[in-house]
Amino acid sequence: MHPDISVQGLNKIYEGGEQALTDVHLDIHRGEIFALLGPNGAGKTTLINIICGLVNLSNGRVLANGYDIIREYREARSQIGLVPQELHTDAFERVWDTVSFSRGLFGCPPNPAHIERVLRDLSLWNKRNTRIMDLSGGMKRRVMIAKALSHEPRILFLDEPSAGVDVELRREMWEMVRRLRENGVTIILTTHYIEEAEEMADRVGVISQGELILVEEKEALMRKLGKKELRLHLQTPLDTLPESLADLELTLSETGDELVYSFDAHADESGITTLLKRLGEQNIDYRDLQTRESSLEDIFVNLVRANP
Amino acid sequence: MNLYGIRAIYRFEMARMWRTLMQSVASPVISTTLYFVVFGSAIGSRMGDIQGVSYGAFIIPGLVMLSLLMQSISNASFGIYMPKFSGTIYEVLSAPVSYLEVVIGYVGAAATKSTILGVIILLTANLFVDYSVLHPVWMVVFLILTSITFSLLGFIIGIWADTFEKLQIVPLMVVTPLVFLGGTFYSIDMLPGFWQTVTLFNPVVYLISGFRWAFYGISDVHIGISVAMILLFLTACLGLVAWIFKSGYRLRP
Repeated sequence: MHPDISVQGLNKIYEGGEQALTDVHLDIHRGEIFALLGPNGAGKTTLINIICGLVNLSNGRVLANGYDIIREYREARSQIGLVPQELHTDAFERVWDTVSFSRGLFGCPPNPAHIERVLRDLSLWNKRNTRIMDLSGGMKRRVMIAKALSHEPRILFLDEPSAGVDVELRREMWEMVRRLRENGVTIILTTHYIEEAEEMADRVGVISQGELILVEEKEALMRKLGKKELRLHLQTPLDTLPESLADLELTLSETGDELVYSFDAHADESGITTLLKRLGEQNIDYRDLQTRESSLEDIFVNLVRANP
Repeated sequence: MNLYGIRAIYRFEMARMWRTLMQSVASPVISTTLYFVVFGSAIGSRMGDIQGVSYGAFIIPGLVMLSLLMQSISNASFGIYMPKFSGTIYEVLSAPVSYLEVVIGYVGAAATKSTILGVIILLTANLFVDYSVLHPVWMVVFLILTSITFSLLGFIIGIWADTFEKLQIVPLMVVTPLVFLGGTFYSIDMLPGFWQTVTLFNPVVYLISGFRWAFYGISDVHIGISVAMILLFLTACLGLVAWIFKSGYRLRP
């Protein structure tokens, strides 16, 4: 079976000479949720826009469900729904009309039942006759999603879906994305909120300065690069780290009242017992301890820093 | 052929016309009415006939053309400029529609509006001036062909323009002079010999001349040349639009 999206040796050089993407290879599989992470200006949106037909590629090849996005653009684009980052909406159109417009534009015969389902799923049904300009930002975001789903796409792109969205709507949107996935829709999202990727993605790709520096199962990535930390709050602050403990992965906080011990979260021997025993030998008392697992965010920051 | 796509764009654009009925229909009708009152009835009554046609009736084809050209250009250019400006163009660019389908949708709607407008202006003119139409079929052909051609030109201007100023400047600085110097208010043979030659480089001359021929059977240039010139201009615009979509000019970076 071929992948839903296949990006092969993709390069993009803008007219001004700016190299936005360099030799990107990426396969996205049927029914997965793929999160594309990267700092601002890394090329996330350029990549999405090329796949969706908004930007011309310089060289390379992109297939959507096996269709070449240039030679077979009709078939390729019919597979794809796009929710862009910015809230581009017509001000005077009504919700029902604008969603029906999108369906027609994508070459589908009218299907009021489907439009109704989409609007109900997105809690837009009550607003179907409201002009878009009278909707709140969050509601406009829902309209954008409804438009993208109007033609029953197989692949959905969400470019920064949570930008400017409140917590409740974000949760609702995650719920919706999961539901879509259950119905077999492949989802590609870009996001600034690593939390979002951590919550939802099956696989994660990290893009930095136009290069895809990593593609990995989220779980595997967190296992491989995740670290754990043990924090000990000391009874009496220390001026310096005792010589006798220098062989351990220990750091002393600036205030001197906290010892931080890092260890591999998945090693068989964490070394915590040894540490605590040796602290006892040194008469270093602590009143509290806590452990913390590094999040995808920490991993992401480290990765992007390591690839300047 | 994505017929649903064409229909979606066409309907969207027509809906915009109904929303903005005042400026789409009323304002050109009012301004043309003023022309008829001033040039047709007031001044026209003191002018002699031109080639056997009363002055008021003589200027009708030219005035209709003036509105037709201005409205075709401004409708079509605004229709494509707005989505570019507001960003909603993303949807058209990401949809499985060919450039020809996009053009048929946008330009078709703009041309429909102008044609309707042309008919309304003709009916309005009937209130002020008596006129007859000798070749009604040709009159309609000219009306529609001109609407399509200049809507195409407007579409191109809308894509080219990246500011509202540019959007306004072509109709104002180019089209108005061409129409006024294109024989709306006079017959070309009333000009001195040198200017008669210069005038032949003005494409609008052929439109007005052909249109007037459809009304009264009088023309400055042969009707065949008029039709050929419109078709030539139409083809040139189509070619330019094809190039725009192929190269991504101002649409796809």
